[in-house]
Amino acid sequence: MKLNQFVKLLVVFCLTYTASTWAAQEARPMQDNAAVEAQVQRLSTELRCLVCQNQTLADSHAELAEDLKQEIREMAAKGMTDQAIIDYLVERYGDFVRYRPPLKASTVLLWVGPFALLLAGGFGLFLKLRGRQKMNAEAPLSEEEARKVNELLNKES
Amino acid sequence: MKRALIPLALFLVVAGFLFRGLYLDPREVPSPLVGKPAPQFSLPRLDDPTKTISPKEMLGKVWLLNTWASWCPACKDEHPLLVELSKSGFVPIIGLDYKDTNPEAQQWLVEAGNPYVANAVDADGRVGIDYGVYGVPETYLIDKKGVIAYKQIGPITIEALRDKIIPLVKKLQTQ
Repeated sequence: MKLNQFVKLLVVFCLTYTASTWAAQEARPMQDNAAVEAQVQRLSTELRCLVCQNQTLADSHAELAEDLKQEIREMAAKGMTDQAIIDYLVERYGDFVRYRPPLKASTVLLWVGPFALLLAGGFGLFLKLRGRQKMNAEAPLSEEEARKVNELLNKES
Repeated sequence: MKRALIPLALFLVVAGFLFRGLYLDPREVPSPLVGKPAPQFSLPRLDDPTKTISPKEMLGKVWLLNTWASWCPACKDEHPLLVELSKSGFVPIIGLDYKDTNPEAQQWLVEAGNPYVANAVDADGRVGIDYGVYGVPETYLIDKKGVIAYKQIGPITIEALRDKIIPLVKKLQTQ
């Protein structure tokens, strides 16, 4: 009986708790302008949340991410282009805020590395296969060896 | 025989990279602001909100800008060091009270000691964004011309103070 009451209380607590957190999320001021919202949405999927580093701003509910989205929203409302907004954030947080890092000296390995590895692997495979072919072609069986092989094969059958 | 060594060599290369990775902190994002002028602001002072404070007032001095908040546990870890540093009079520290509430912030300084020459109140975190703050505490070392010379991400440790901040302050003060 007592356990039952406790469970009921727990359920009520959980329900009211989630309700209040939802209300807190919705209190953010929103722009009515659909174009601005679309731009915020587009940019926040391109930018990294610096607090929870493997999430985009769009996915993150960290306080900083909310602040940055609000900042982006205000810049978008002022009519700034995507590039101008990204530049503004890169100036402050570095290239790390971008999910697509720009191609420059410090990121060459990142961009070219996988293709270089693929090429190197392909080249290695090519050499190996050619070597094997040559080995077969260059070392045919001597007459004696061929006779032995045939003998063995015949014995088996 | 030589061929058998290839996988071993590959393994050693990969292991080398992974071992190095153990000692890298992915949370330490290098700041693009180092070497650039510290962003300007004009914010109310914590002790007297009718007055404002701006980095311009510190031109000609080498100083530290320490972002903190009374809700931030890591700030409390570094606080005793800041108090010691301020007692030595070695370098002035300006606080940037980040997204905090005034009574709590003032209460904390009364309880734990106040290492700050002055505190700027960044209630909505806008100035924090200008400085690229993504997790308090962060500390900026700013030179006489108002250029950021160094950024400490996370709490100031004795090692960081001894090996980086103090030597750099000494160097900048002679410039």
